[in-house]
Amino acid sequence: MSIKRNPGIPLDLDAIVDIKINRSALERRAKSLGGRRSVKKQWQVAWLLKAITVIDLTTLAGDDTKGRVRRLCAKATRPVKEEVLKALGADKLNIHPGAVCVYHNFVATAVEALAGTGIPVAAVSTGFPAGHTPMATRLAEIRASVKAGAQEIDIVIERHMVLCEDWQALYKMIQKCREACGEAHIKVILGTGELGTLTNVAKASMIAMMAGADFIKTSTGKESVNATLPVSLVMVRMIRDYQEMTGYKIGYKPAGGIGDAKTALLYLILMKEELGDEWLSPELFRIGASSLLTDIERQLEHCATGRYAARHHQPLV
Amino acid sequence: MSVSKIFKSMEYGPAPESVSEANAWLDSHNRKFKLFINGKWVNGSGKAFKANNPANNDPLASIAQASKADVNKAVKAATDAGEAWRALSGFERSKYIYALARLVQKHARILAVLESLDNGKPIRETRDIDIPLVARHFYYHAGWASMLADELPGYEPHGVVGQIIPWNFPLLMLSWKIAPALAAGNTVVLKPAEQTPLTALYFSELCMKAGLPAGVVNIITGDGDTGKALVAHEGIAKLAFTGSTEVGKFIRKAIAGSGKEITLELGGKSPFIVFADADLDSAVEGVVNAIWFNQGEVCCAGSRLLVAESIAEKFYKKLRARMDKLRVGDPLDKAIDIGALVDDTQVKRVQSLIAIGLKEGGQIYQAKAALPKNGCFVAPTLITGVEPSSKLAQEEIFGPVLAAMTFRTPDEAITIANNSRYGLAASIWSENINTALDMAARVKAGIVWVNSTNQMDAACGFGGYRESGFGREGGREGMLAYLRLKSLAKLKPLKALEPMQQTVFEPIAGIDRTPKNYVGGKQARPDGSSVMPVVSPSGKLVGEVGRGNRKDIRNAVEAAAKHAGWSTSTAHLRAQILYYIGENLDARKDEFANRIKSMTGVSITKATTEVERSIERLFYYAGFADKFDGAVHNPPMRDIAIAMNEPLGIVGIVAPQEAPLLGFISLMAPAIATGNRVVMIPSDIHPLAATDFYQVLETSDVPAGVVNIVTGEHDVLTQTLAEHEEVNGLWYFGKAGGHAGVEAASISNLKQTWTHKGKAYNWTSADAQGRRFMEKSSQVKNIWVPYGA
Repeated sequence: MSIKRNPGIPLDLDAIVDIKINRSALERRAKSLGGRRSVKKQWQVAWLLKAITVIDLTTLAGDDTKGRVRRLCAKATRPVKEEVLKALGADKLNIHPGAVCVYHNFVATAVEALAGTGIPVAAVSTGFPAGHTPMATRLAEIRASVKAGAQEIDIVIERHMVLCEDWQALYKMIQKCREACGEAHIKVILGTGELGTLTNVAKASMIAMMAGADFIKTSTGKESVNATLPVSLVMVRMIRDYQEMTGYKIGYKPAGGIGDAKTALLYLILMKEELGDEWLSPELFRIGASSLLTDIERQLEHCATGRYAARHHQPLV
Repeated sequence: MSVSKIFKSMEYGPAPESVSEANAWLDSHNRKFKLFINGKWVNGSGKAFKANNPANNDPLASIAQASKADVNKAVKAATDAGEAWRALSGFERSKYIYALARLVQKHARILAVLESLDNGKPIRETRDIDIPLVARHFYYHAGWASMLADELPGYEPHGVVGQIIPWNFPLLMLSWKIAPALAAGNTVVLKPAEQTPLTALYFSELCMKAGLPAGVVNIITGDGDTGKALVAHEGIAKLAFTGSTEVGKFIRKAIAGSGKEITLELGGKSPFIVFADADLDSAVEGVVNAIWFNQGEVCCAGSRLLVAESIAEKFYKKLRARMDKLRVGDPLDKAIDIGALVDDTQVKRVQSLIAIGLKEGGQIYQAKAALPKNGCFVAPTLITGVEPSSKLAQEEIFGPVLAAMTFRTPDEAITIANNSRYGLAASIWSENINTALDMAARVKAGIVWVNSTNQMDAACGFGGYRESGFGREGGREGMLAYLRLKSLAKLKPLKALEPMQQTVFEPIAGIDRTPKNYVGGKQARPDGSSVMPVVSPSGKLVGEVGRGNRKDIRNAVEAAAKHAGWSTSTAHLRAQILYYIGENLDARKDEFANRIKSMTGVSITKATTEVERSIERLFYYAGFADKFDGAVHNPPMRDIAIAMNEPLGIVGIVAPQEAPLLGFISLMAPAIATGNRVVMIPSDIHPLAATDFYQVLETSDVPAGVVNIVTGEHDVLTQTLAEHEEVNGLWYFGKAGGHAGVEAASISNLKQTWTHKGKAYNWTSADAQGRRFMEKSSQVKNIWVPYGA
């Protein structure tokens, strides 16, 4: 499956003004979602395997080293123990995460470690996580990461542009980043936990897509509130509206706070219900996480053996 | 199916809920159930019938049919248990109700499964909505039991309460009925619907587990005949019914004049109004919860979709896309949105209405969901292009069928919304608080949900306007429905007064006066151009008043209908006018006293007291007019739930034959203080105080049409007024014996009746005024406003 890339559209402020979001109603929908759908037995296995394929396996810590990044890449190459995959009849599915996500300084390390696996490297960029650095520096950062081999660039927006409703500036800023990315795909991190309202989240989502985002992403993982279901509901509904307006399909990436298999399934259900089966693939859906993988492995092992599995039996992420 | 195949298709698989525990329980009764009477399982003497699973038509169990003799047994058990139950302290009763709440929680899973098996509704709903609300209802009312004496002093329970509940929310409706009844100190005979008796039977065992004294709760199963026997039973003091409007009217008529109290929670055709400035995606989700909740078998279902014309096509498109995501199938599957309808009869009825919709020119869209081959399933259906004149816009479907139409302006939205015989609920979607609250205030509905739908909680009264019934369940108003004033029990039987025969023939002194009717702010000659004599006890002719007829009543109601502004005027204005009426009556005190004396033959002192009390009463309700506040409830969610007191609209009042001025004013004043317009039929024996009184009204700035007076015989005029479908409430305190006819005649539009029930009220006593009169004059509208920036 290949998705026609979103070139962006001219800034359409009318479409922004009309956006209405009712928080209580969204929260009710988000709350009932888990009760409305359930996957069991081999369906659960298949869905958990799918969840692995949409993980952006991430390390974004101050103490990252080349060694740490190589370990992560090794895990990306072999995300689930082979005997478990075999037992589940999934050893031929070529299960691996959607990407490995690192800071610019470790792009080269990751590219080298993942050579031949087909797993792309994503770099966080543009003054991550706050975005308060000179524009020229940020654009140079993007170009450097692309040059180092990153196929995906996760940029952060300047939150003040949303809070002050400076949509023109936000649009231009994202557009410039998109230009700098060139062939690399661009994921636009909104920092939803710092945008104040769901309406702001919706408007920022729409601006990002108009400016050419390939993915819209909730958070850096560094805000006090990261991905939540209500926020996700707002963003995926904006993706639906944008597709309605332009025909382009935009990807969605919740990041931060998705740490267990059950929550990951809930997000897959959200995508299926609100956007459709096409969004159940790494082309259009990613989850930014690292410890999530361990929990999914444990659930898969449980499905394979019937015994609840221990954390320390799963190879370290 | 293999993992790799599913990995590619990413479809949902089966996610069945286990039925083993429920089956084990059914088996423990050999799948043959008895009646729960006096704390024990008792054989039914009627012909047993089958309970089926509507999802696959499998039989579940054999259910006992309670005969008339069994009903007698149950009522006797409840009667015998009553005294000891009432004698318990509120705290003692509270402990039992608390135990029931805890037991429902402990047995939540099996109750959810049984309910789904029996009714066909999805396990998701029974597990996440029905059963938690049941527990909440018992918790909430456990509290009322212990607070009763302090919070509602002067009240007592009715005695034995007969309760008949529907099949759409079997256990939830049971809890709505039983919890407040027990909290108030009543004992109960409850009949579940014959389609869905299982959870009520399981609940019987919870009553045993809770150690509830024998006979306090009796559960009798059976069909309509059992219900009829229960309704007719003389030992029943109050009936509470939830179900169809048709059966509600039957019950109202069947018990007319019996003295039984009644509350009815009936059908609806509730509007779901979407403005252009709504969060449309959330509104679409709202529609799902409004009409595809419980297969649309919900009395308060948002079944009429009203969409702003400017966004209608956009909204329909979103809605159709959403419909295609709905999953219909095995109710016990945890990933199912819509289960089975309750039985074949219901399926056929729904399908025939869909066919009518098609014939009437509606465009039909049905969800793409695959339906199971067997069982009572109907696909979610949207019919657009419905017009207010279509049958689908008027008739309750009680199935997963949404009738959609458009509006241009807020005013038009309200006009269409209120163009219905029903008035249960309304859902309003707009991000503009002005628009939303304006609609909420103007829609004729007992429950209004702003940017939400089908929210329910024990703390908030539930019940409708118009033919959706009367009485509320939940909240303080719900408790009041299970209580009566202690003082009422002491009233003596009322005797009818017959006109005096004229025995003394001498002309009336002074210039001839012609008392007329008072209609639309003007004195109006009676249509029939005939008069009736007013004769004093000593046989002297005191005067002649118009002998009103049907047309005079018609004209009076027309005048009241035309002057709707009073109902939305400020309470301050109404207070001022009532004070002014009092002031002007005071200025003519002696004249009125003499008039009363001459008509009734009482002493001048007594007559003066009657006038003084009347003035006092006018002042009392003038003072109350702007203090009859609503409430803000505390449901367990982020929500401002406002309970607003609203007038009934047009109230017909037949004043007592005795106390010609005080009786008249004791009823008129609270009715107009709360914003009603009234059509008064004064005492037919002593009518001249009322005809003199319109001169007071004329000098007191009372707007035209607020008070209309038609004189004539009670027996003649009452029927027309009680049948008039523009009249919303009928208070009958007239000639003894007339109340049964009023209760029976009120059913065509289910007006709220309040009668003396054959008892003689003492109009001079303090009991003849108070908050209760304001409550009778009004109905509570609960408005739910969730918030969140």
